[in-house]
Amino acid sequence: MKLPRFVIPTFIALAVLGGWEWFVRAGHVNDVLVPAPSHILQWFWWALFDQASFESGQYLAAIQKGELLPATWVTMRRLIIGFAIGAAIGIPLGALCARVRWVRDTFGVLALGLQTLPSVCWVPLALLWFGIREEAVLFVVVMGTLWAVVIAVQESVLNVQPLYLRAAQTMGSKGWHLWSRVIFPAALPGVLSGMKQGWAFAWRSLMAAEIFVVIVTGFGLGSLLNAGRELLRMDQVMGVMAVVMLVGLLADLVFFAPLERWLRRSRGLER
Amino acid sequence: MSLPIPKSNAQAALTLRNVTKRFNGSAGRVTALEDITLDVREGEFLVVVGPSGCGKSTLLSLLAGLEHTDEGAIKLGDEPVHSPGRDRLVMFQQDALFPWLNALENVLFGLRLKPGLSDAERLESARYYLNLVGLGNKEKARPHELSGGMRQRVALARSLAPNPRVLLMDEPFSALDALTREQLYGDIQAIFTKRKKTIVLVTHNIREAVCLGDRVVLFSPNPGRVQQVFDVNLPRPRRMNDPALANLAAEVTTALSSHLTADKQ
Repeated sequence: MKLPRFVIPTFIALAVLGGWEWFVRAGHVNDVLVPAPSHILQWFWWALFDQASFESGQYLAAIQKGELLPATWVTMRRLIIGFAIGAAIGIPLGALCARVRWVRDTFGVLALGLQTLPSVCWVPLALLWFGIREEAVLFVVVMGTLWAVVIAVQESVLNVQPLYLRAAQTMGSKGWHLWSRVIFPAALPGVLSGMKQGWAFAWRSLMAAEIFVVIVTGFGLGSLLNAGRELLRMDQVMGVMAVVMLVGLLADLVFFAPLERWLRRSRGLER
Repeated sequence: MSLPIPKSNAQAALTLRNVTKRFNGSAGRVTALEDITLDVREGEFLVVVGPSGCGKSTLLSLLAGLEHTDEGAIKLGDEPVHSPGRDRLVMFQQDALFPWLNALENVLFGLRLKPGLSDAERLESARYYLNLVGLGNKEKARPHELSGGMRQRVALARSLAPNPRVLLMDEPFSALDALTREQLYGDIQAIFTKRKKTIVLVTHNIREAVCLGDRVVLFSPNPGRVQQVFDVNLPRPRRMNDPALANLAAEVTTALSSHLTADKQ
């Protein structure tokens, strides 16, 4: 008999959670510092809905007034806008680095250096430049995305098969046509994995910014997590951590993974 | 505009005069081609054959305008060759098809860059050439869904479609198995006879050279030079296992190996 694939992982997950629950309830650890899974689940319920509205049957209002979804929305909006700005600047800059040698030798090297700089290092500067405002958070997210995208685009453009370029040139392709019809499509897989990396960096930098700085213009997931720390509510801290992971997984699952799969399939790299 | 004045080489599509090409290698300056003088006649199938390192691929890059001569001149008709152009299309060694385009789009790529055609004419032309190479039913196939032989057929259609004055072929059969290769030799000869195209093919395969060429130019390596020119007057279509063809191939082989041994002494 063959079990469906999900059976064993589900069983193991339940066993781990059950063990954790038992461990906490048996008093082996301080349940203030390590909350039991059931407490975290309870927090979810509590944070997802505004209890008063929920009890009066206004479920939509309950969700809107709850803590979790509005905070997630604030964070997602920052992430998407910051990532979009970073990618929109990073792609042409990366192409420029690949195209012009002295830009690569100056700006490209700088980008490589800045890519290794954890973007939380930008937070103090961002606060001084923009104040405690939305722009400061966006700036940090853009800085997190930009350099990874620049480097990835530069590398993947430089690695385009010379044979494609030669073939295209003999057929009369040059300038913008060569870039848009040959270089960019050929570099697309590399660009995409650069975007994926940029997305991961943006996500990390945003969390850092939200935890370190209370931004008055919006209460995001990072702020929620930090609030949990201040209230000594570890169920909230761990709950937010779970949401952060979930968002990251979802982004990969609904956006990057299908795009990559389509790209690989259409070029015969995977069946 | 005046009419071109007929000259002694008026029949030549491509003329090479004292062409020399050097590269900066790891061991210093290397002469890839030295003092090459050669005419490619209009409507001729010229094959350049030689061992690896004889500069034959470099020669093709020079003809394509992808590289520049250090000395000497290359002309297409009366025009000097200094950059890539649609009048000289190249069919490359392997897999120069764009994997993000299907067969038809690949053939259309060059056609779309050719001015003075309507989209309908381009599409019709692309379909005509895909049919010509026997792949009319594979329009939508991506390169990876085609066999190696089919891919090279699409590549052939792609370089024929814009109707270049000269077709340059850079060892296009080297990555194929013997059976597929033989089939393509037949196809190329049929197309050559039908379309009367000027073709320059480079290869290291002497039999292939003799099978396809009207003239076979033997190159010797270090530096690349014209060693000997053979006229092939066998009727087309030629078959690889034709004894007359084998004799001629043996003759070319002997010429090459005698040169190589003389070189070592």
